[in-house]
Amino acid sequence: MLHIVNKSPFQTRSFESCLRMAQPGSAVLLIEDGIYAATAGSSMEARVCQASASVRFYALQGDMEARGVTGKLLDGVTLIDYGGFVDLAIEYPTSHSWL
Amino acid sequence: MNEVQALASSGPKVKRFMFVNRKAPYGTIYALESLEVVLITATFDQDVSLVFIDDGVYELVKGQQTKAIGIKNFSPSYRALEGYDVEKLYVDQASLAERGLSEKDLLVPVEVLDAQQMGQLMAQQDVILSF
Repeated sequence: MLHIVNKSPFQTRSFESCLRMAQPGSAVLLIEDGIYAATAGSSMEARVCQASASVRFYALQGDMEARGVTGKLLDGVTLIDYGGFVDLAIEYPTSHSWL
Repeated sequence: MNEVQALASSGPKVKRFMFVNRKAPYGTIYALESLEVVLITATFDQDVSLVFIDDGVYELVKGQQTKAIGIKNFSPSYRALEGYDVEKLYVDQASLAERGLSEKDLLVPVEVLDAQQMGQLMAQQDVILSF
């Protein structure tokens, strides 16, 4: 399934709870303020790297560019555009937005 | 058989709906809105389950008294869900534990699941609505 996170991991528990429950083989898409979880040097980095062994991470490029952090993208996180977002929604029939 | 006939003969498909509740009850409107959508969904004879994660577990705490804040206490409605055949209530174990709560603090019978079980249940749904 596809998990979508739109809140900063430093603001709410959405990202953390998502990672606790995401099953191996699922995808986590970071959008809006959620993309801060995909930036190198943050306290989330180790957690994301660890989870990326079993879960595929994606981040919306436009949201990273808008926030000026594209250059800090973590290894193992794939940048996608809105078309890619649609492709993911088709690839994974069940999705959950962690509000 | 055309598409319309096929639909008519098979009847409406029952979908699995999961409502994910992650907010405390009175600080925002999410908890009440969720409950209302749950009741609507239940009238369409769908397979409905409710899960309570993070601050969502506070929605089920016994003994809520809202008179002083001037907001309707909607917590008794969780006990009425059974009457709408909504009987699948799941609570995240870690969320309860980190808030110093246990099953006996809750106003309805629930099934307590660990993160692994909750994740599996989530992946089996057709529709997930988040509140």
